[in-house]
Amino acid sequence: MAEEFVLSIFRGDAEGGEEVEYHVPRIEGMVVLDAVHHVQAHDAQDLAVRWNCKAAHCGSCSAEINGMPKLMCKTRLDEYQGETVHIQPMRTFPIIKDLVTDVSWNYEVAKKIPAFNPGVAAPFHMQQWDVDRIQEFHHCIECFLCQDVCHVLRDHHEQDEYYGPRFMVKMAEFEMHPMDRADRIPQIKNEGGIGLCNVTKCCTTVCPQHIHITDNAIIPLKERVADRYYDPIRNFFRKLGGKDENAKQETPT
Amino acid sequence: MAQASQPGLNRPKTQAGKMPYWVEPVFTIIAFSGFVIYALWEVLFHNMGTYHNYVSPFFSPDIAGWFGLHILTALYVAWMPLIFRFSCYYYRKEYYRAFSFHPFGCAVTEPKSHQTRHYNGEWKINNLHRYTWFLAVFVLIFLWKDVVQGFIFSNGFGVGIGSLILLINAILLTGYTFSCHAWRNMIGGRKDCFSCTTTHGPKQKPASYGIWQRVSALNVFHGWWAWASMFSVWIADLYVRLLMMGVIHDVRLF
Repeated sequence: MAEEFVLSIFRGDAEGGEEVEYHVPRIEGMVVLDAVHHVQAHDAQDLAVRWNCKAAHCGSCSAEINGMPKLMCKTRLDEYQGETVHIQPMRTFPIIKDLVTDVSWNYEVAKKIPAFNPGVAAPFHMQQWDVDRIQEFHHCIECFLCQDVCHVLRDHHEQDEYYGPRFMVKMAEFEMHPMDRADRIPQIKNEGGIGLCNVTKCCTTVCPQHIHITDNAIIPLKERVADRYYDPIRNFFRKLGGKDENAKQETPT
Repeated sequence: MAQASQPGLNRPKTQAGKMPYWVEPVFTIIAFSGFVIYALWEVLFHNMGTYHNYVSPFFSPDIAGWFGLHILTALYVAWMPLIFRFSCYYYRKEYYRAFSFHPFGCAVTEPKSHQTRHYNGEWKINNLHRYTWFLAVFVLIFLWKDVVQGFIFSNGFGVGIGSLILLINAILLTGYTFSCHAWRNMIGGRKDCFSCTTTHGPKQKPASYGIWQRVSALNVFHGWWAWASMFSVWIADLYVRLLMMGVIHDVRLF
């Protein structure tokens, strides 16, 4: 068994850069972030890396490890025994320096999502089994790996047309909440651009919190959009019954 | 946001002990192409799909017979499961990856040709998946009738290899149909609050919640049901076809 790991880390900024090779002594149970910290401490004090909790809870240390979006703190190096481990910044977002990218676009999208709008004052009376399904979405740590791997953002650069999987989860969290009264379906379809998602499930694959992003958030939202906009028979009966689909509409706050 | 960083690998490196990313889409290309070629051969060159008490799933229900038609009889049936599968959320993943490279695999850079034309997302026609679900259920009812018929031989009840193949096929198709995402939405997924709709008080779970939960449990394996049922249809039809051609003989177990 090799006594060291070989890392090839991207060094550079928005102007350009290249991978630089580093050798890190092997320690049992080491994760990629440990090795990057070793490089920072011994070989390259100016290496930029964003991290906080080192426990897969803060979502800061997202990067691409051998080409796959992962959390550096949750990726063991012994998975790459005998290989050079390539570490690059997230490809979907602009580089600031080395492994640090500018993810502020995500926060701009977050501002566009209307806040929870209960219509009545708290405390609420809800059944636990009514909110079980949205609690899965609360596990999101906003690492933005799903945004990074989503080909709509990564390859087609449709940031102006599609909010991305992270914010589909956020919209689902509110849309499925029993107390939320805001009508979010038009935003999900139009500004949110849910139709751009073609359900290839890479967001689910890379999610370190194992949220079933596609099956439990995006597809149910697509079905709700279809209920409203693409179901002529349902629309006919809705009009016949005089039901107002926007009954739960309040001005989003 | 226009600028995107570009350093890095254009495709993930294969990790030791894991399958390369291209295995799944290549398997999809081979399996789908094989099935489509077989289905075309079956639909275009055969007008009968019945061997004694066994009916091929390609020819059930006998819609052509209802209207007195005798050519391309499988065509009147095959279009229903075809559009159900084409608009299926699971199959979308497979064919968008394998056939249109959108993307070929996770974190795999799309072909350069994709950069010169606008990406429009998925086809809107797929939003009608809910209607195709009803067509699939319609066909499924007849397949279960065929299962019963498959156990009734000229000398009474019996079990042949064909009976079991038709039974397994119907079970797998039922699993596939009732694990559907559109059905999951229809049966309760579209509700925000299950307890608000019950007439037995807010603490009583309504039947729709129980059904939705069971459908959700099935839905986790929707991809598995999709593949297994596609192959079971293929095998069931091939078995009946080979019996009709005299290539094999049915084995009666009892």
